[in-house]
Amino acid sequence: MKTHLNTLFITTQGAYLAKDGQAVAVRIEKKTRLRVPLHNLDAITCFGRVGLSPQLMAACAEAGVSLSLLSESGRFRAAVVGYSPGNVLLRRQQYRAADDEKATCEAARSFVLGKLGNCRTVLNRAARDDATGERADRLSRSAKRMGASIVEAKAADSTDRLRGIEGEAALQYFATFDTLRTSGGGDFAFRGRSRRPPLDRINALLSFVYTLLMSDVRSACESVGLDAAVGFLHRDRPGRPGLALDLMEEFRPWLADRFVLTLINRGQVRPNDFQTVESGAVLMKEKARKDLLVAWQNRKQEETTHTFLGERCTIGLVIHLQARLFARYLRGDIDAYPPYLWK
Amino acid sequence: MYVLVTYDVATATPGGAKRLRSVAKACLDYGQRVQNSVFEMKVDPAQWTECRARLLSLIKPEEDSLRFYHLGANWQRRVEHHGSKPGYDVDGPLII
Repeated sequence: MKTHLNTLFITTQGAYLAKDGQAVAVRIEKKTRLRVPLHNLDAITCFGRVGLSPQLMAACAEAGVSLSLLSESGRFRAAVVGYSPGNVLLRRQQYRAADDEKATCEAARSFVLGKLGNCRTVLNRAARDDATGERADRLSRSAKRMGASIVEAKAADSTDRLRGIEGEAALQYFATFDTLRTSGGGDFAFRGRSRRPPLDRINALLSFVYTLLMSDVRSACESVGLDAAVGFLHRDRPGRPGLALDLMEEFRPWLADRFVLTLINRGQVRPNDFQTVESGAVLMKEKARKDLLVAWQNRKQEETTHTFLGERCTIGLVIHLQARLFARYLRGDIDAYPPYLWK
Repeated sequence: MYVLVTYDVATATPGGAKRLRSVAKACLDYGQRVQNSVFEMKVDPAQWTECRARLLSLIKPEEDSLRFYHLGANWQRRVEHHGSKPGYDVDGPLII
């Protein structure tokens, strides 16, 4: 059984990573600040101006450590990938399924159902746990609409129809999103999703967390031998990791969105952790970004019971298990892909 | 699992100094150096077998000694640090 290993984040500008024996050495101003054996890591994620030795890149590719380079604000830029791992037969199966209208529709349906189901749970939970009166009403009304979309998605007969249902439901969900927030006042007000650039604090948080989640899902896909670029719900586009985006849908509501809301509701992020640049983009400050990474790593270490497999595992491993389940679905070992439904 | 490795290599001869360096190098491949000849390693059983064999092949049993302490999965409870150079927690957030 695979274990969920750690991720090394490099946020110090001007840091240099080199291979030192079977370990990665982090050098800052020519001094080794940290040295971690590669077999203790799942991934290395670098933000901004970080240098890498070619030997390290090769060693990472060989050891199956995914190495990704993000911009300072967390936008994905590049990843170092070795030989495609896993099974060529599995990848062929994936391409065949992606070319087949019926199979694409079935896979896309699972992803949409996973996302909608989890959105509904997020709304229902908030309505049940801490909301009263008008607020609870609004949340449960929105949850009911998610329920209606689930029924529609179950009956949908084409991938395009599913995309439509998913889009409408997402609009609905984000329209109630601000109601999920219990503190933060006007400073964290959410007026709809904006990205590239994010125009308010909550959007800045969401975008950053989605990128983190994305690199986790992407490396999970690649490590089980799937092609992260060939999606079902998301159409192929150069440079777009379609399958990673597909698999990510079910994680967005309960893992990423809840995480962002918890940070705000508990006051772990403060309004002055952000700065607005001239273009109107809201960016997180260095320190806030570090705190968020710590919180995110801790969240992934938390244990949960996998709802489908019934096994105890860390949340970070759930992502990997879902990728593995999808591979099993493509191989025909299971009849449908079971998205992870949060309870 | 978590293993603590300590060693004592006789360095009176040039051969000894060489052995000391290669033992240290082997340990560095598997874990972190917490004190001069003390290493903490988080390894799975396969990696441990590999590391153990490598270390045993390096030392000269008549002169040197190696000690392995198995701290198991609940090692956090069993390790306490005071003073400088605290090292890092392999399972904790690694952010530089």
